[in-house]
Amino acid sequence: MKIYLDDRTLTVERGTTVAAAMLNAGVSVFRESVSGEPRAPLCGMGVCYECMVTIDGQRELSCQTLCQEGMRILTR
Amino acid sequence: MTGFDLIVAGAGPAGIAAACRAAETGAKVLVLDNNPAAGGQIWRNDIPALWAQRLSNVEVRGGCSVIDDSILAHGVPIVLATGARELFLPFPGWTLPGVTGVGGLQALVKSGFEVRGKRVVLAGTGPLLLAVASLLRKRGASVTCIAEQAPRSALLRFATGLWRYPLKIAQGIELGGSLLGVPYFTDCWVEEAYGRDRVERVRLSGFEQDCDLLAIGYGLVPNTELATLLGCTLQDGFVTVDAMQKTWREGVWAAGELTGIGGVERSLVEGEIAGLAAIGELTEARKLFSRRAAWHRFASHLTGAFALRPELRALPRPDTIVCRCEDIRYNDLTRWTSAREAKLQTRCGMGLCQGRICGAANHFLFGWQDTSVRPPASAAPVSDLMES
Repeated sequence: MKIYLDDRTLTVERGTTVAAAMLNAGVSVFRESVSGEPRAPLCGMGVCYECMVTIDGQRELSCQTLCQEGMRILTR
Repeated sequence: MTGFDLIVAGAGPAGIAAACRAAETGAKVLVLDNNPAAGGQIWRNDIPALWAQRLSNVEVRGGCSVIDDSILAHGVPIVLATGARELFLPFPGWTLPGVTGVGGLQALVKSGFEVRGKRVVLAGTGPLLLAVASLLRKRGASVTCIAEQAPRSALLRFATGLWRYPLKIAQGIELGGSLLGVPYFTDCWVEEAYGRDRVERVRLSGFEQDCDLLAIGYGLVPNTELATLLGCTLQDGFVTVDAMQKTWREGVWAAGELTGIGGVERSLVEGEIAGLAAIGELTEARKLFSRRAAWHRFASHLTGAFALRPELRALPRPDTIVCRCEDIRYNDLTRWTSAREAKLQTRCGMGLCQGRICGAANHFLFGWQDTSVRPPASAAPVSDLMES
């Protein structure tokens, strides 16, 4: 299936989380911390909130969200 | 929630075992989990066929969180099986992208992250390092080394005590075979990670190593937020239960890593007892006591061998971030004497994760205990709160 990441189109396997799809697409920085440091998934299981991105207009944990056809993901 | 005889919070091994045993007596069981699907961490996308089949009579709802104690109002017995998260200890560079938990990397890989060709350093303590190294190798990653902080003498004592647990010996032999050729160091830990926008190199005790990913695992911390919110009693950080896995809060049972860390078999048997006890099948539950006692012995054997060494407390530098949500540095914390004081003065632990990462680190670094939990137990959109 296809998902949209910022200005890119990605093809992903069913059952892949948004975090895994982003890492596979070479995204290393998921968000900036309050003091401007680069951050990316730490816990992988919905605890740390470091993987938070905007998915279809909502702030969501990318590691706890499965990719859906046509999903739009923004990292900034 | 009405119409059910039992509600289970958490769909890992303990929750699945509780739900299945209760459902097999004819009870109507609902399992809630905040992951997209059942399995928890260890069985993520990978529930053993036998349990998956038994689970077919149970309603599982993924992607949901229990955020307050209104769940008790339905009068339905509840089994808490909310599992554990990883313990993270701050060191210079631990906030760099590419540094994850060991279990965290396992979860990401099982969720579709492709690690083929990536150079991975695994560091921390305990058997999870080996299990994850094995998974990574199977997926084509190059595990450049495994750094175990425990001393070699403790590991030898652990290994010689394993004869009492044939299942563990078999698992160990299988793991050992899959890790042939991977350098394994004892008395070794990560001192610093380097990189610009991502981890590129790691300094371990006495040597440096290039890598694409650094996975760290210093053990597990139980997810007690919901139990605390429901009014269960805790001791030494774990939920207190009686022989029937019943908590001190009427109508609430607890099983698995919530009551102590000790692996999947311990969680399964506790879950089975809790599920049976919660629906009143006490005679059946009692038949499992001896099996539980054996896995409790194994758990204490494990905890003793992989105790954390005091040198790890000296790893953060003054400017090392401890609270990643609010970017609070080690230096900002040293003058305070409690979690509450640090919270009020610096906002440490007040960000999105609500201290789930820095709380346990601060307990290890400073001896602080922060047990304050307020609803919602996890961050929730206002729209969800309005619906409830």
